[in-house]
Amino acid sequence: MALVEVPARPAPDAPGRLRGALIVAEHHWTWYRRNWRATVVSSVLQPLLFLLAFGVGFGALVDGTGRAATATGGVDYLVWLAPALLAMSAVQTAAFESTYPVLSGFKWQRGYHAMAATPLTGAQIAVGHLGWIGAKMFASGAIYVAVIALFGGVQSVGIVVSLLVATLAGMSVASLVMWFAATVENEGSAFSALFRFVVIPMTLFSGTFFPIDRLPVLVQPVAWVSPLWHATELARSAALDAWRPVAAAGHLAHLLVLLAVGTLLVTRRFARRLAP
Amino acid sequence: MTSPTTPGMPAPPQVPPILRMLPAGGYAGRSRMLLLRSATASRRTWMAFVSGFFEPVFYLIAMGQGLGSLVGELPGPGGEMISYAAFIAPGLLAASAMNGAVFDSTYNVFFKLKYARLYDAMLATPLGPVDIALGEIGWALIRGGLYATGFLSVMAAFGLLTSPWALLALPAALVVAFAFAAIGMAATSFMRSWQDFDLVTLAILPMFLFATTFYPLSVYPRWLQLVVGCLPLFHAVELMRALTTGAVHLGLLGHLAYFLVMIALGITVAARRLDVLLLK
Amino acid sequence: MPNVSDALVQARGLRKRFGSFEAVRGIDVDVARGEVFGFLGPNGAGKSSTMRMIACVSPRTEGSLQVLGMDPGSDGPRIRARIGVVPQLDNLDAELSVRENLEIYGRYFGLSRRHVRAKAAELLEFAQLAERAGDPVEPLSGGMKRRLTIARSLVNDPELLLLDEPTTGLDPQARHLLWDRLYRLKRDGVTQIITTHYMDEAEQLCDRLVVMDGGVIVAEGSPTELIERYSTREVLELRFTPEARPEAGVLEPLVDRVEELPDRFLLYTADGERAQAELARAGLTPLSALVRRSSLEDVFLRLTGRTLVD
Repeated sequence: MALVEVPARPAPDAPGRLRGALIVAEHHWTWYRRNWRATVVSSVLQPLLFLLAFGVGFGALVDGTGRAATATGGVDYLVWLAPALLAMSAVQTAAFESTYPVLSGFKWQRGYHAMAATPLTGAQIAVGHLGWIGAKMFASGAIYVAVIALFGGVQSVGIVVSLLVATLAGMSVASLVMWFAATVENEGSAFSALFRFVVIPMTLFSGTFFPIDRLPVLVQPVAWVSPLWHATELARSAALDAWRPVAAAGHLAHLLVLLAVGTLLVTRRFARRLAP
Repeated sequence: MTSPTTPGMPAPPQVPPILRMLPAGGYAGRSRMLLLRSATASRRTWMAFVSGFFEPVFYLIAMGQGLGSLVGELPGPGGEMISYAAFIAPGLLAASAMNGAVFDSTYNVFFKLKYARLYDAMLATPLGPVDIALGEIGWALIRGGLYATGFLSVMAAFGLLTSPWALLALPAALVVAFAFAAIGMAATSFMRSWQDFDLVTLAILPMFLFATTFYPLSVYPRWLQLVVGCLPLFHAVELMRALTTGAVHLGLLGHLAYFLVMIALGITVAARRLDVLLLK
Repeated sequence: MPNVSDALVQARGLRKRFGSFEAVRGIDVDVARGEVFGFLGPNGAGKSSTMRMIACVSPRTEGSLQVLGMDPGSDGPRIRARIGVVPQLDNLDAELSVRENLEIYGRYFGLSRRHVRAKAAELLEFAQLAERAGDPVEPLSGGMKRRLTIARSLVNDPELLLLDEPTTGLDPQARHLLWDRLYRLKRDGVTQIITTHYMDEAEQLCDRLVVMDGGVIVAEGSPTELIERYSTREVLELRFTPEARPEAGVLEPLVDRVEELPDRFLLYTADGERAQAELARAGLTPLSALVRRSSLEDVFLRLTGRTLVD
């Protein structure tokens, strides 16, 4: 005799590939609605302060001297800097969002393991998180563009393309950093080394604040491999309406290849770590 | 009846008179054991330790060279024209003393306090809250001193030190670091969760960007100059810039006094608050 | 009074208030040298607050407290130098290796480098961790971490060891290994104060214990004394299907006392077998019936009117 009668229940189907990733992104959105205040400082205020310090403050120092005009092609330093700061802010946020939160998903809060216990796959969890980071960067970038416009740093509608480029660059970096974070078992000094030896040099040596030809010749190759340099060149061309089609195609290809490679690596790594 | 004595166990040292005003049992005179602990721990995380040296150097190369190409020369504190790199290097030295000290005394201390529960373990021994506060600040200073020495060597190698007064920049950096560590630790004792650390960023980042690290005070309108003139990092930058360029004058003692007040204030608040926080 | 000098811990009217909440509401405790003394009670009973006051990391609000003949209020460091503390949650130093955890902790007591090195080697053997000496702490199992925490608390050869829920969260094997280590310490004459909410643990380890509830002591004695005083020799546990479940009143005439729990009845009696036979005669057919010896759990139930729940 059965102790309890079990009523028949409709069994839900496993979600499709894209829908699974969207569900994961929805999870992050639900969390964010509750905790968005925590990210205001890093995603909105921080870039704003950089804009004021360099675009306005430093700009006051150099505008009107011939030296800056030769570097910026004659436009105000603020106008020249703004699209690059947009890209820099996206890449910085992307790097940060892909380190501790990812390790936490595996290790501290273990949210990824909770998701993996449902029909969601490791690849969907990775792509969902990556998509979420992209959406968030786009949104905070859009706010940033509005702020830049308030300070008179927008010259053409091309800045909308700059915003898309910044989001793409952010996602390329996020995919690679997420992959790295997913290989980390014990935070130790892995992330601080990543920030100090990769992220910070990248933000300093990618032509954000000055053209890279002003750097010592030995340092210049750092910029060529930096996704941020490619993003900066693209975003700046768009904002200043100064396209060079061949170069632009090269920069775009670089970012797309990085995103493809990063996505491939991170989805595999997530799948392996969640179902070893 | 006599209690059995443990071999090798010394009697707790006498409390120095100045610390008698603190709550009884707060100080065992063994804060150097925390230094030993930190030194042992950093052997395993040497990468993070070493990487701290590079950050200001990267800034110096990028900003000094790159931004310098847009600026050319600037009037230094003595009025003479100096290169942009020579202008920002002392600013970066001051900022790195601040950043390191604040990081050590806020994030690191908060983590050990709330998550690792490390101080609970220490308080089960004869150590008291004052040992902990002094030990942690001491470690932040040792670390800051090493970074400052490294950075000053880099400045010397780039030919950015033009006066023997620059030797005093090292002790000055230690005073600045001590002041920020003391205030940082006092602030940490009021923190409730990680969310509150946004306030630390909100205090540190604007100072780094606006307290004349990257350009002179003269770019600001008059009212803003007065505001910036109140910031602690401004005083640190003035002190460093005067020492590394050799434009030394008696007014520098005013900057020094600023930091001595910060130290006294920070230590007093931190010791009292830690006592309340740890010995519930 | 010869007894007083022998008491390692003596509390009279001890109270602890946090704001308007009173965690410990006036307790008297005496712990003699060499005994293992237990604080038993559910979460929130005031055990940990009492332990923290004895460990000199929590100032008392009222009453008197003497630890090793000294006052924690003024002699904290001197007392802490001679006691060992095992906190409820492990607070090992994750940035140090297993061996370094012992050595550095010993240095906090002002012990010489040479002394702590030798002591650490000895304690690694005691805790069966010699093979993991150079490893980081984090990957250790729960039982290993607990053993390391206990080893660490012994680095200063304490006269008094305070253990706050030493085996919570450990698997049965790890618990028994720990009990064995604690028993060895008892044989070596180390006085121990243990808090626990495991009855079997209290029965196994404690010479004497107090049951705390709501900040006060509700009973005191050795485990056997308490069982004799507050329970019967045997207990008959009965489960019924929801349909066949009788009223408690039906069962009461059969035995000394009946406790009704959500899922079962506990029947207290000197002879469980006989009660079971009478049950059958009365036409009651439980889903399951079990006769067992009475335990501290039953004492607790009797004293506080509820089961131990986390």
